[in-house]
Amino acid sequence: MVRFIFSRLLQGFAVILGVLCITFGLLKLAPGSPLQSERNIPEHIRVQRMAMSGLDQPLPVQLWRYIVSFATFDFPVSAKTPGRGVDEIIAQGFPVSAQVGLAALLIALALGIPMGALAALRPNSLEDRVSTVAATLGICTPSMVLGPILALVFGLKLRWFNASGWYDADDWVLPAMTLGIIYSAYIARLTRGGLRETLAQEFIRTARAKGASEAAIVFRHSFKLACLPVLNFLGPTAAGLMTGSIITETVFQLPGLGQHFVGAAVNRDYDLAMATAVFYAALIVGFNLIVDFLQALLNPRIGFKA
Amino acid sequence: MSQASSQSPWHKAWQSLVRNPLTVAAMLMLVVLILLCCIGPCFSPYGPNDQDLELRATSPSLAHWLGTDPLGRDLATRILHGGRISMLVGLLATAVASIIGVGYGLIAGLAGKRMDAVMMRVVDVLYAFPFITFVIILVVIFGREFWLIFIAIGAVEWLTMARVVRGQVLTLKDLEYVQAARACGAGFWHILGKHMLPNVMGSVIIYASLTVPGVMMLEATLSFLGLGIQPPDASWGVLISEGAASMAAYPWMLIGPSVFFSATLLALNLVGDALRDALDPKSVRQ
Repeated sequence: MVRFIFSRLLQGFAVILGVLCITFGLLKLAPGSPLQSERNIPEHIRVQRMAMSGLDQPLPVQLWRYIVSFATFDFPVSAKTPGRGVDEIIAQGFPVSAQVGLAALLIALALGIPMGALAALRPNSLEDRVSTVAATLGICTPSMVLGPILALVFGLKLRWFNASGWYDADDWVLPAMTLGIIYSAYIARLTRGGLRETLAQEFIRTARAKGASEAAIVFRHSFKLACLPVLNFLGPTAAGLMTGSIITETVFQLPGLGQHFVGAAVNRDYDLAMATAVFYAALIVGFNLIVDFLQALLNPRIGFKA
Repeated sequence: MSQASSQSPWHKAWQSLVRNPLTVAAMLMLVVLILLCCIGPCFSPYGPNDQDLELRATSPSLAHWLGTDPLGRDLATRILHGGRISMLVGLLATAVASIIGVGYGLIAGLAGKRMDAVMMRVVDVLYAFPFITFVIILVVIFGREFWLIFIAIGAVEWLTMARVVRGQVLTLKDLEYVQAARACGAGFWHILGKHMLPNVMGSVIIYASLTVPGVMMLEATLSFLGLGIQPPDASWGVLISEGAASMAAYPWMLIGPSVFFSATLLALNLVGDALRDALDPKSVRQ
């Protein structure tokens, strides 16, 4: 098991390093520089500022500096917002995104798993049909449609919540609902598929023949195995949700991380773009590691193979 | 699409598609939506960018079925015209993604263990890449031109296709008929084109049909953020974004394009699921 964790960690670091290099390459391919929006700066100041942010160095040196600075947690200062390290910018946006994302994840699980399980336990019943139709509708509703509708109904008409912004303690509710409802559709689908496949297997028939109650069959014998597809889906999804959905954060004007993914690339804020990409990759790797671990724990057939 | 015998797998798949009324309804809906967007604007008395500044924003009426926007442009015409762009991007980006994904997957699966390991690690790395940053950087490099948007989207959507195809090739490449072909002296590219490609086509069609809605969603996301289709042209993403900005005063501006967009995604998803059931022998049992 130690070998398993060690090899996964090593793979994870390789992935993060790969993401870092690709982002760097792409940013250098893009025309323009962080100073392009500032017009009429004298030549000697431009040279000075390029030197200050290390942009006058050869490319391999610049790349190496990024690798060292991320590896030693000594982060560069954003070229666009002087005086603030990129870690500070991320530390400010992440709590907002994480709070909304975590709430959305819980809503998605709380809605999706019962819906999918109900559908799987009574195939072709009314419950199954309703849940399948609801799930398909959920998958076909983009957050850019659902978000404004929720803001219109609960924000502007009913006035239960602020339609946008991050002022009150309950401002996470509408964005989290938007994302949670949409993701619950995917989770319902996966739960239904996983549970139906498990219930059709031989060991369930054996359990039935032994006279196990329906509740024992569902909860003790099949649920662990049926959860695997959902678990697989949750790894990247959790990372994606917690780093902030750009659309939802735009619709509800949240000061989360999502804005930086767009802003950094558009403004050629190289340091911030690198930092957000690496942060996102690290979260994905981390969540996938947890998912791999849980999968090995839940499914003895997979096990801790390195 | 062999029509020689009524027993061909394509024929059987078609029959099982037509048997399900929900699938037929979804296919009809898709055809109607495509026709509406392709030829609908020709019958409209208004152009998509014709302004009527005295009229401004009006709610739906007999003259303007879905209302007008604050510049007095007819919304129905704009939605149908925007649908053309959204659907075209969806189709072309899926084609780009499929070509890259199928080519990459075929080569990775067939080229031997070491090559496969390297190529699949690259895919793993790209999976951990923040999608949206990737597309945005590509759009920034390429500029915001229409032709380049679907290349940028196609360039990020091929990963799963590559995985699916490579998995299929791995199970196929050691079967007897491939060994026989090898024994007869068939080369790498011959086996790839003649023996692998036709056999993975089923999965490719299934997966491509499920990629189209994802791609359209990505285009809408880009346009919503102002990075996709540029005004005065409009795609559904642009129209929804305009509608969301003024939904309190003119709710019809949000409702119209949203309904069209969601209906298209719904029809595409239903058809894609039905295709999977029809072409994938494994899912027939369920």
